[in-house]
Amino acid sequence: MSIILVLIPLSIVFAVAFLAAFVWAVRSGQYEDTCTPSMRVLADEPMAKAPLRENFPTNKKVNNDEP
Amino acid sequence: MRNETTTASADDSAASSGALSAAPVMGRSTATSCFHCGLACNDGSFALAEKSFCCQGCRTVFELLTENGLENYYQLSETAGVRVKQAASTDQFKFLDEPAVRERLVDFANDRLTKVTLHIPAIHCIACVWLLENLFRLKPGIGQTQVNFPRKEVSITFENEKLKLSEVVGLLTSLGYEPELKFSDLQSDRSSKTPRRLWLQLGLAGFAFGNIMLFSLSAYLGLDSANGPAFRKLMGWFSLVLATPVFFYSAADYWRAAWVSLRQKLLTIDVPIAAGIVAIYAQSIYEVVTGHGEGYFDSLAGLLFFLLCGKLFQQKTYDRLAFDRDYRSFFPLSVTRKLERRTPIRRDGELARAGSETGAPGEERVSLSQLALGDRLILRNGELIPADARLVDGPALIDYSFVTGESEPVEKKPGDYLYAGGRQIGGAIEIEMTKAVSQSYLTSLWNQDAFRKDKADTLDNLTNRYSQRFTKLVLVIAIGSAAYWAFADASRAVKAFTSVLIVACPCALALAAPFALGTAVRLLGGRKIFLKNAHVVETLAKVDAVVFDKTGTLTAAGAGSVTWDGASLNEAEERWLYSMTRHSTHPLAVRVGDAIAREHFPDTVRSFLETAGCGMEGSVAGNEIWMGSQAWLESRGACVREFGPPSPRPSPPGEGARIQSATNTASLAAPSNDSSAGDSGRASHVVTALPLLGGEGRGEGERSLKTPQGSTVHVAINGKYRGCFHLASALRPDADKLIGQLSNDYELALLSGDNAKERERFASVFGTKAHLHFNQSPLNKLGFIHELQQRGRTVMMVGDGLNDAGALQQSDVGVAVVENVSAFSPASDVIAASSTVPSLGAVLKFSKDTVRVVRAAFLVSAAYNVIGVAIAASGRLSPIVCAVLMPLSSITVVAFACGATTWALRSGKHGKSFAKDVESKVSHLNYERASV
Repeated sequence: MSIILVLIPLSIVFAVAFLAAFVWAVRSGQYEDTCTPSMRVLADEPMAKAPLRENFPTNKKVNNDEP
Repeated sequence: MRNETTTASADDSAASSGALSAAPVMGRSTATSCFHCGLACNDGSFALAEKSFCCQGCRTVFELLTENGLENYYQLSETAGVRVKQAASTDQFKFLDEPAVRERLVDFANDRLTKVTLHIPAIHCIACVWLLENLFRLKPGIGQTQVNFPRKEVSITFENEKLKLSEVVGLLTSLGYEPELKFSDLQSDRSSKTPRRLWLQLGLAGFAFGNIMLFSLSAYLGLDSANGPAFRKLMGWFSLVLATPVFFYSAADYWRAAWVSLRQKLLTIDVPIAAGIVAIYAQSIYEVVTGHGEGYFDSLAGLLFFLLCGKLFQQKTYDRLAFDRDYRSFFPLSVTRKLERRTPIRRDGELARAGSETGAPGEERVSLSQLALGDRLILRNGELIPADARLVDGPALIDYSFVTGESEPVEKKPGDYLYAGGRQIGGAIEIEMTKAVSQSYLTSLWNQDAFRKDKADTLDNLTNRYSQRFTKLVLVIAIGSAAYWAFADASRAVKAFTSVLIVACPCALALAAPFALGTAVRLLGGRKIFLKNAHVVETLAKVDAVVFDKTGTLTAAGAGSVTWDGASLNEAEERWLYSMTRHSTHPLAVRVGDAIAREHFPDTVRSFLETAGCGMEGSVAGNEIWMGSQAWLESRGACVREFGPPSPRPSPPGEGARIQSATNTASLAAPSNDSSAGDSGRASHVVTALPLLGGEGRGEGERSLKTPQGSTVHVAINGKYRGCFHLASALRPDADKLIGQLSNDYELALLSGDNAKERERFASVFGTKAHLHFNQSPLNKLGFIHELQQRGRTVMMVGDGLNDAGALQQSDVGVAVVENVSAFSPASDVIAASSTVPSLGAVLKFSKDTVRVVRAAFLVSAAYNVIGVAIAASGRLSPIVCAVLMPLSSITVVAFACGATTWALRSGKHGKSFAKDVESKVSHLNYERASV
C-alpha cells in the first residue's frame, strides 16, 4: 500500500501539468474565438508562417485593453 | 437594414446579402457573372483570360491575387469575392497617420512594429479568413494577421519602416475589405469583454475538485483501517494544499461582492455564500490540523466549481452586438474636407493634396476629431452630416428619419441650417460647420439625465430579494442550534454552528437564476432576439406597459406593396425597367426593382445617368428609359396623365450632381416571392416586396408625386409616358395581431415622430384605450416614458432610430428593432431582428414563465436545505453527507432550471409563434448565428 505514497505525488504532477496547459490555453486567447480556427483548418493549403511572428510579443502582452 | 445607416454598414449588408442571395439569380457558371464577386457583368470589357469581371476593381484584385499565388481564394468559396466599390487612393486614409488618430486606433506599437485591430463587415466566408491571414504575401512589411470571424475583426501586425497605417487600410480597401472606421473608435477605449479570469478561476476550481475527491475516496469508503490515521491525515494535508488557491483565487469575486453588499447593508446572495465558504474552510483546517478528520475540502472546491459554471453560463454575450452605442458609433471616423484655395498650406508645408477617392483636387479626408468651426465639408450621396452646419452649395435633400422619425426628406437651399445626423440623398453638397461635433442638436439628447444613470446591474433581483429572508433565517438557525448544543453538549456547539452555515450555503439557490435566465437568453438569441444580459429577462417579466415607435418598428422598412398603375408592360419592357433599377441604390429604385425582379437577367444599360432629386435615365436595348418624378418627366416632355398639375420645380436634367452607378446591386437580388404575379400582361398587378435590407419605404428622394398612400415612381419609355409605380408604406405583417394580443394585459402607446396623417389607421389597430401621440420629438418621447414610470408602470419601449434613443434609455426595457443585427442600433437592453416584432408578445410571456421557473427552482433548493440543515443542526454532519448532498442539490437544480425553461419555450403558444418565424428564416438565421 505504500506504493500509493509514490503514485499520489506522481498523479499530482500530471494533474498540475494539465492545469498548466489549460492556463496557457486560456491566456493565449484560445477560449475567446472558438469559431475561426474551425474555419481555418478547412483551407487545404497550410498557412505559411509570417516572417515577423517569432519576434513579435505574444498576444497577451500586445492587448493593452486587458484589465 | 435601413437606408439611414452608415455607408460602411451598407457595405456590410451588400456583402452579406450578396453572398447569400446573389447565387441563385446569377451563378458563377454564367458567362456574364463576375469571376471575382459573382455579380452580373454589363459587357465583356473587363474580361481577362476567359474570365469576365464586372469592374476594374474586381479585375485588379484577381490579378493581384493570381500574381501572388493566392488563387486558392476562389477555390475555397464560390462567393468569396467582395465587390470593390472604389479604387483606394493612398490619400483617402491619410488622416489615419495623424498621431492623435493613430494612437487611439492601434492596440500596440513599438518603434519597429504596430498591431492594429480593425472591424471589417465584409468578412463572410472561409476564403475571407484565408486571404486576410495570408495578407503578408501581398505586401512586404505585413506580419501576422489573425481573423476573428464572429466579431468580423482582423488583427494586423506590420513593420513601421515599410508601411503606414493608412497604407494597410488602403490595401484592405483595394481588396474589397474596407474597415469600418467609426468616430467612437477614437472616443472610448475598447474594452475586451473576455472572461479569461473566469475561465482560469473555473479551471482551478475544477482541477482541485477532481483531485480532492480522489484523495477523499478513502474517507468516503472507510478504507483507512489498513494504514491508520496517518494515511488519512496525509490526504487531509494534500487536500488543504489544493483547496487553498481555490479559496483565495477562485472565490475572490465572492469576497468582493459580499464585502460590497455588506457595506451597503444588504444581504445579497453573496453574503451567505461567502459565509458558507469561510465556514467550510475554517472547519476543515481545524479538522486537518488537529487530526480530527480530513475536512470538507472536496465540498469547498465542488461548490465553487458549480458556482463558477453558473456564472460563466450566465455571461453569454453577443460579441458583435453593442448594446451601449451612442451617437459616436453612428458617425463615420472621417469626412471629406474642402481645402480652402486661400490657404493651400495646411500642415507640414504640404500643398493642397490631390485628392480623395474621387481624385478631386482640393479635398482631403480628415478625422472627425480634427474638424474645426468654419470648415467646409463635402457630403456625397448617403453621407451623414457630422455637426450642425450651414448649407453652402447645392440643393440638399436631407433625410432626418433616423434622428427625428420624420419619414419625408427635407429640401434645403444654400444658406439654410442643417442639423447633425441627417443624411444627404442625391448629389454632393458643401456645408460649413457652425458648431463642434460634440455640441450639436443631435448630441444634446445624450446630455439628458437618462443617459447618466446606469440602469444595469442593480442588486434588486429575484435571487437577492429571496436571499434577504434566507440569510436571516440561516443565521437564526445557526445561532439557535449552537446555543442549544452549548447547553446540551458544549463540544458540539461550534461544529453545529459551522455545519449549519456549510450546509445552508445557498449553492443551489445561487444556481437557479443563472441557469434559468441564461437558458432563456440563449433560446431567445437563437431566435434573433438578443438580450443585453440575463437580468433583462426579470425586468421583461415585470413589464406592464408597452410603447411603440411607428416608423421602422410597426411599419416595415420597404415592406409595403408596390403597384403598377398604367398601360400594361410586356415582359421585355419590364426587364428593361428592372435592368435600370439595378443601377441605382436609391431606396425607391431598390424597392421597384425588387418588386419586378423575376427570372429576369438584367440587360446591359448604356449611358446610365442618375440625377439627384429627379430620377434616372439610360438606354436599354436601344430604348431610352426614364424613371423618376413627375416633374422631371414632364420637364423632358413626357406627358404624365391622371395626375394633377406639375409641381413648380422643374429641374433640367444634369443640373444636379450626377452620380454614376458605382453601387452595389447585391440587395436587389433577394428572391421575390411573387410567383402569382408572373403574368405581366395585366393592366395592374400587385407584388409584395420582401422587407429588404436597403430600402426604407417612406417618401423619399426622387421628388416623386406624393400621393396619400406613399410614393410614386413614373416611367417613360422612348419619351412616351407609360405609367407609375405606387409604393405604399405598410404595417409589418402580424403587427396588428401583436397589438391585439397585448392590448388585454398591457397599457399600450404609440409615439411617432411623423405627422398625424395616419392617426385613424392606427387608432383602429390600437383600440380606444391606447395613447397615440404624433409629432413627437426625441425629448417628448423620453418625457412620455418618464411619465408612465411616475405612475408606477414598468415600461418596455420598442423603437429603432436615434430619435428613440432617449426613450429606449429611459424605459425599463428598451428594445431596438433592427433590419440587420450588425448594423447600428441605439443603446438598448434588447436588440431584436425586425422579423421578430410580431413575437414580442410571446417573448413577454416567456419571460414570465422563466421567472416562474426560477421561483420553482428556489423551492427545490430550499427543500434540500431543509434536509441538510436538519442534519447539521443535530450536529451530525459528516463529510460524506456533505459530499453527496452538495453536488446532488446543485445538479438537480441546474437540470430543472434549464429543462423547465426550454420546455416553457417549446411548449404552448410561444413555441408555435416562434417556430413559424424560425421556419421562414432558416437560411438567414444560420448566417446570422454564425456572424453574431
